[in-house]
Parts: sequence; structure tokens; C-alpha cells
Amino acid sequence: MTVNVSVISSAPKPVGSWGAWFARWHFDLVLGLLLMAVAGLGLFVLYSATGQSLGMVISQAQRLVLGLVVMVVLAQAPPEFYRAAAPWFYGFSMLLLVAVAVLGQHAKGAQRWLDLGVMRFQPSELMKLAAPIAVAAYLQSRHLPPSFGTILVSLALIMVPTGLIAIQPDLGTALLVVTAGVLALFFGGLRWRWIILAVGAVAAAAPLLWLKLHDYQRNRLLTFLDPERDPLGAGYHITQSKIAIGSGGLFGKGWLMGTQAKLDFLPEAHTDFIFAVYSEELGLIGVMLLLLLYTAIVVRCLVISMRGQDTFQRLLAGSLGLTFFIYVFINCGMVIGLVPVVGVPLPLVSYGGTSAVTLLAGFGILMSVQTHRKLLTS
Amino acid sequence: MNRYQAIKDLWEERRAFSGRVYVAIGLCALLLAFLVLRLVQLQVVQHEYFSTRADDNRMRLVAVPPVRGLIFDRNGALLAHNQPSFVLNIVPEQAHKLDDTLARLGRLVKISERDMTRFRDRLHKTPRYRPVALRSNLSAEEVANFEINRYDFRNDGAAVDASLVRAYPLGAQASHLIGYVGGISDADYATLNESQYSGLTQIGKSGVEKSHEDALRGMPGNKIVEANAGGRPLRELDYKGGTPGANLYLSIDARLQSVAEQALGELDGAAVAIDPRSGEVLALVSKPGFDPQLFVDGIDGASYRALLEDPDRPLYSRALLGAYPPGSTMKPFIAVAGLIAGTLNPDAKVFDPGYFQLPGGERRYRCWKRSGHGWVDLNTAIQKSCDVYFYQAALNMGIDRIVSVLDGFGFGRVSGLDLPSERTGLLPTRAWKQKMYRQAWFPGETLNTGIGQGYLTVTPLQLAQATARLAMHGGGFKPHLLHAVEDPVSHDITAVRPEALPPVDARDTAAFDKVIAAMELVALPGGTAYAVFKDAPYRVAAKTGTAQVAGLRQDETVAAKLETVAYRLRDHALFIAFAPADDPQIAVAVVAEHAGHGGTSAAPVARALMDQYLLGRVTYKNPATAPLPVPAVDVEEPDEDSDEHPDGWQSAPMPSLPDSGAVPPPL
Repeated sequence: MTVNVSVISSAPKPVGSWGAWFARWHFDLVLGLLLMAVAGLGLFVLYSATGQSLGMVISQAQRLVLGLVVMVVLAQAPPEFYRAAAPWFYGFSMLLLVAVAVLGQHAKGAQRWLDLGVMRFQPSELMKLAAPIAVAAYLQSRHLPPSFGTILVSLALIMVPTGLIAIQPDLGTALLVVTAGVLALFFGGLRWRWIILAVGAVAAAAPLLWLKLHDYQRNRLLTFLDPERDPLGAGYHITQSKIAIGSGGLFGKGWLMGTQAKLDFLPEAHTDFIFAVYSEELGLIGVMLLLLLYTAIVVRCLVISMRGQDTFQRLLAGSLGLTFFIYVFINCGMVIGLVPVVGVPLPLVSYGGTSAVTLLAGFGILMSVQTHRKLLTS
Repeated sequence: MNRYQAIKDLWEERRAFSGRVYVAIGLCALLLAFLVLRLVQLQVVQHEYFSTRADDNRMRLVAVPPVRGLIFDRNGALLAHNQPSFVLNIVPEQAHKLDDTLARLGRLVKISERDMTRFRDRLHKTPRYRPVALRSNLSAEEVANFEINRYDFRNDGAAVDASLVRAYPLGAQASHLIGYVGGISDADYATLNESQYSGLTQIGKSGVEKSHEDALRGMPGNKIVEANAGGRPLRELDYKGGTPGANLYLSIDARLQSVAEQALGELDGAAVAIDPRSGEVLALVSKPGFDPQLFVDGIDGASYRALLEDPDRPLYSRALLGAYPPGSTMKPFIAVAGLIAGTLNPDAKVFDPGYFQLPGGERRYRCWKRSGHGWVDLNTAIQKSCDVYFYQAALNMGIDRIVSVLDGFGFGRVSGLDLPSERTGLLPTRAWKQKMYRQAWFPGETLNTGIGQGYLTVTPLQLAQATARLAMHGGGFKPHLLHAVEDPVSHDITAVRPEALPPVDARDTAAFDKVIAAMELVALPGGTAYAVFKDAPYRVAAKTGTAQVAGLRQDETVAAKLETVAYRLRDHALFIAFAPADDPQIAVAVVAEHAGHGGTSAAPVARALMDQYLLGRVTYKNPATAPLPVPAVDVEEPDEDSDEHPDGWQSAPMPSLPDSGAVPPPL
């Protein structure tokens, strides 16, 4: 452990001292700066992707500020609070999910929203946090590596809300909830034989899953396998985004100079496909910078997780950090044609809703883990 | 601390967790590597390919139509030009309440039922962001009306735009000659080269507009515009202007054209004036004309039907398509043929008792003058238009030799004038008759040919051209309308070189001198055109003619009232002339339909043309240009010599039958 401490304190002095000052306010300076760098970059791209709509940039900035406030507020509570509140939080989220399933409002053909009068609210977002918290809290109370029974209970904690989300249907969020929960299990020391077995089982169940998919979801998968199958129809998104990215080249066309997004060839340019706009305008160099920032955030999260003072903290922090990476990978991967198109936004950059707030809330919990350590024990 | 935690191996859990983090980092690195490799593939390896596809996406090639060339007369007077026209356009995308917009526009601008149907029709064929024309040719008042209230239409996508519309300042005066442009039809598209018409909506449909379409049109350019995914052009990236159409200077003299129009007055007919020294057509009139402007916008059904059903047939270009029996105007050419053939002795006299009989034949071929001309030589025969003399001349020559010389003058063939359609007329030969009627040629038909009747028909253009070639002693040039071409870029003006024709007969120019001398007598005391030319300050060589109509016109479709029928059955008046006789500068042929005799109705038109061309003003006032309501066939001039009269003349209606039993073969 002393080795670890010395590595951490060998960080550049000015940041360290500033960091110490911020840490007193339960704010992790490294993570905070990285997040704000990505968010700031995101606002610039958004300005271009929305056709230079300052209004949309401002509303997105407001959401980000709201997210940052939530993050700072959540960081004030000690990790023990989250562990204690885990059953309540999980239960509350489940309740809302059931409520959506029963009386949810139709939006975009899918039942995801709960109309609270003042704002529309997506309970599945809550579950992105509630599921890993619940799994981490549960595993904290069990012997690790988890026994078969423990695994089954954990899987139940994950799969029930996932199922509710998947039938909305919101495949992207369901995927992220599963990821977050399963990653907590993975960090909990899930034995490799179970992992291999699970992968095998999923592969075997794939054809069954295929039958369960909606037509548009099947289309997305087919289109992913062969985007040119229907370049003007289902493959249009991916074809146009590849054109945007490829034509950006090494240095990009320059900020606000992207033709694909500006001339409306690129659909969803300011939401799910904003990465294509970014790549078109800033080129491979710009993309590398963005990926570097994302990677730095993930690394910082993993560092925080390794410093977690109990299993709950470590599992939760590790799960949240890696889920963030999965976010980035799935969005970038789908835009460049590596993975099928699923509705996953580019974290902190894509325009829209509650996902940015949820993400930042997660980072608030991470900061709580980082800044509530009792140094005596390390 | 609860019981469970006490038992948990915290150190082992921590160690296991660290192991998993390293695995996770490895996983991240692997996935990141995938991302980066894929990005390198797209952005570096395939960059060229995707750049091209991005450009293909956004760039649209848009045609820039060339401005059509102008048409001038030989002196630079405008005959066809492009006039700015104000068009009321509506962009459907911006008109949120279209019906309301149309109703409010209707209060400011006259919108007919027809405009509305056309608008609705175009509305469905045009992308919604493109303006659709509601009304064209707005008056200044309408434009002002709209502009004053423009603010009320700020949310309706309505705007008045200027565009270029082909305009013909002379109106009906030269309508057949200049022609008109109209919308490109499917039939046009079948034959034209589409790259030459990109961006263009109109094409020359008739007249010079059609025959010189290629020069007038120019070449379209193009521009590259950036368009969005919906195809809407946003900005111009590159502009490559085309070549505007060339300006054409026609050989036509607009004032001469106008004088001929006026001189024909109410008569239907044609007048053609040619400069014999170059073959340039100075005036080409066909009456009645029509308003070519009607066709530019697309003519409506009612107007078109009215034009088609008009018994005067205004769309019919008489100068080129009208095939008339030439009557006595053919006599000078027959005389030239006889002199060339050596079968006609100009000094030998023929006795005209008022009729002619084929040797051994019963039938009498009448001279128009029943009492006969007595002893006539060539001069008198042409001066007085003696039929019997030319019966004899034709008989002596035989049809083959007549045909060979008349063919040399261009009868029976198109002249090659640069206009879209032209009739050949008919120069009857033995072979032709055998083919048409499976019959031998009869000598009586040779006689009829000798006085310009029978099967023989000519167009006014052929008649004028033959007169010009007669004036040039058998030489002359191919008739043409194009005088000069102005290069659209350098503005250099290139004159069109006249194309000399092979002479009618090179052996004997003296024959032409004799005939021309005789034709001069026609305008002198005792001649059939003396009344019209007696005070002309230049020497004129002329010939009058009258062509019988009855039974010849096959194209009568309208059953008219009795007096109209009588009018329609009246003879055509013809007249050919050139002046000055010793230095020909203008050759004229005039056909006045149903106007009786050439000397009184056709000759004044020729006189007016010559006056205008040679003197710069018309000195002759025609007393007889008023419309003639009743047949005047029987009205004799006080001076018997002033004209010929065909009523005693035996016609040969088509198809003609053998006119007598035993006919000896000619010559």
C-alpha cells in the first residue's frame, strides 16, 4: 500500500496542492478537470453539429452545469451512505420502472418516459446507477469470489430491471445497465469458468434473442453487418457517418467546416452521431485527443477504484469507470461501423437529456469514494 | 463491523480486485486499439475514397442556360430579342396557406382560370423549394400593385421575378419568316442533343428561329453548387459560363418587308424580293400572318384552334409552301428556253386568231384575248402576253426541252433557302406523268405548260429566284436569309458569302438580252403593267400573270357562303419583275390570291417594293388595295392592253384527261 501512496503523491506538485484543497470539498480535481475538458470540447462540437445553434449549446451547457452540481452534491455524502441506501435506492428505481411499464408516456415509439408534470423523466437512467450500487452493496456482504448462489442473486438484481428496460424497448440503456451490473460482478472476482460459461451461453442464446427483437432492431443488426445493403434506407446512417469520418482525414475539415453534418447528410448529427461530426471537422488528430481524454478519465476512475477502502467502494468505482469506457466504445464503435447501431450517446458530448446528468452523478459517487478516505487506514 | 466482514478475507479481496482492474485495463487497451485502427483505416487509408463520396454528396451540377442570340434585319433593326418579363412566382414551401395566398394575390393581379390550372399542374412537378410561376408577363401596373402590398406577402413565398422572354417587335409582319420559339416537346427531345439544351426550356419551332437554332441557341454553361441532403442549392462553388447565342443579321430589309405587307393590304398572298447580285432575300412576305408571341408562352387550345380554322390560313407560309400555277409569268422563261433550244425565232411572227389548234386537232386552245392579237413577234407576245404565240413556242420546243431549262431556273426543286420547310412545286415531265397517271404525255399538256398552266405549279420563292436568275442572264446565287453573323464572344461580324449557282445555260446569254428587252416593254406603253409603272424613274423588266383557280384548289375545307365561294374561285394574280433592267438590284415575285389579274393587284406591290428599295420611298399610290367584296372577274380595264383576261382560256383541270382523240406526237 505504501508503494501506491508514494506513486499517487508523486503527481505534479501544483496540481497536488490544488488537488488537496479541492479534495477538502470532496472534489477530485484530476477527474473534474478531465470531465470539464471533454464537456467543453463537446460544446464546441455541438455548436457545429446543431448548425451553429447557440440556443441548443446553452441548453446543453445548462444541463452539464446541472450535472456538475449533482456530481458535487453527491460527492459530499460518504460512500457508506450509498451502501446503506442501496436497497432503498434500488427499490425506488424498480418502482419507477414498473410505473413506466404500466403508465409510461409514448415517446419515439418507445415507452421510456414518466411525465412528472414539470419535466419528463427516464427512470431507466436511475437504474444505471442503482443496479451497480445494489450489486456492489450485495457483494460487499458476501464472501468473495462469489458463490453460485451469490451470482444468481446478483444476476437477478441486474436482469429484472434490465428486462423491464429492454421491453420498453430501450436496448442501449438495457445494455448499459447489464454492463454496469455485470462489471461489478466481474470486479468482485467472478471466476473465469463462470465468465467463459456465460459467454458461451449468450452465444448459444443469440438465435433465440434474434427472434425476440423488434423489426427495426433486427434491421440495425443486419445493416451493421452490411451497411451498403440499403444505403438510402437503414444503412444510410452508417454510410453517411463513415463518409463524414473518412472525408475528415488526418487533420479534419476544420471546425464548422464539415459538409456532411452541415448539409444534413448525416442524420442525428448532434445526438448519437456527433462523433462523426467531430471526426469530420477535427480529423484523426482531434479524435486521438478526445480518446486520450476519455482514456484518462477511465484510468483515473480505475485508480480511484483501487484506492477504495472497502469492497463496495472498489466494485462500484471500478464498475462505473469501466461502464463509462464501454459507453465511449459502443458509441464510437457504432459510428465508425464497428458495432451495430444502438442508441448510446457519446458521453458528455452528445446533445440531450438525462444521460449526461446520470453520468456526472456517477462521477459524483466516484469522487465521494476518492475524497472520503480515512487516511489513517492507508 | 458485522459478522460477515469479520470472516471476509479483506486482503485477498483487495488483491483479487487489483487483478481484475489490470484485466479491465487490458480489455480497454484492446478495444481502444480496435477503435484507433478502424479510425486510421477510415481517415487515413480510405480518406481519398470518402472525400470523393462527400463531394459527390454535396456538389450538384446545375446548367446555366445561354442567352439566345438576337435577330436583326440587314440594317440592324431588331426582329427578335429577349425581353425582360415579370413573373409572379410562389415558393410552395414558404406558402403556408396556399389557397389563402392565391386568393389574396388574385385581388392584386389578374389570375385567369387557365393560369390556375397551369399553376396547379406545375406545382406537382416541382420540388417544394423551387419557385412555381403563377402568372407571367405582368403589366407594370400589376407589378406595382404587388410591390406596394409586398409586406402582406412576406410569409407567403410570393415574389415577382424578372426573366427573359423571346419577343418579336414586328409581330405578324414577318411571322412566317422569323418564326417563333416554344417549349421543347417530347418530339424535339427525341432528336436533339440534350447536353446542348441543359437548362433551356425553349427551342426554335419555325422560321429562322428553327433553321438557325444551333447558332442562336449558344452553348449552355454550368455551375457547381453545394446542395444539402434535400437537394436544395445553398451556394455556388464554381461557375463556367456557356457561350451565348450568336446574333444574326438577316438579309431582310425590315422596311421593305413592311412596305410589302402594307402594299398587299387586305389581300392574301405572298411577296418575295431577292437581290439578284447576291441571292439575298430582301423581303419574304406571306399574308395573312399571325402573332408569334402567342406561341412563346405556350399557346392555349382556343387560340390555336382559331388559327387553324381561319379560312385565310394564317399559319400557312405562302411564300414557301404555296404552290401556285404561275400563269403567264412563266412566259419569259419559256421564251428563254425556246431561244436556247433554237426553236424560237424572236423576229418571226406568229398569227393569233384568238385560238390555237394542234395540227390535225379539233380542239381550240384559246388566247385570253378572244379577238386575237394578230401577227405577233416575241416582243409583242411578251408585252401583250399572247397565249397563242407561246402555244406555238411550246409545241415547237416539246416538253423535254422546256423542262430542262425550267429545271435550270430552279422550278420543281427546293431553292435551298435557310428556312425549315419549302415546297418543290411541280415541274411535270413525261416520267412524272407516267408514274402518277400511268399515261403518256399529251401535246395539249405541253401547250398548257407553255402558258404556265396545267400541272405546273411554283412557289412564290421559286418565281422570285427564277426572276433573279433571269435578271442575271442565267447566273445568280443560291437564295439565303442569313446576311451576317456576329460572334457572341469577340463581336466580330462575319458576312455570309453568296453561293454562285451553275448558269441556266452558258451558251447563249443573248437569249436573256432579248427576253429582258421584251419584258421591259411590259412596263412601257402598250404593256400589261404600264398603268402601274408609267411614272417609274427606273427601267423595269416585268411580266404579269393570272392563274386559274377553279378546280385546282384541293385544300378547301370550309363550306362557305355563295359570295365567298365566288371569291375563293377567283383567279390568282401574279407578277414578276426586276429593276433596274440594265443593272438588276432587286427581283420581285408577287402572288395575290383571288385578286384577279396581275397587272392591277400584284404589280402595285412589286412597284412599292422597288420604289422603297431603289428610291428609299414609295412613290406609287395603289388605287386598288381596298378589299374587293364582289367578284370583279368581268370588269374590263378601259385600256384593253393594260391586262390580260383568262376567261376564254381553256383550262386543264387536274387530273387532266386527253383533250382530243388523235394527237400527233410533239415534234
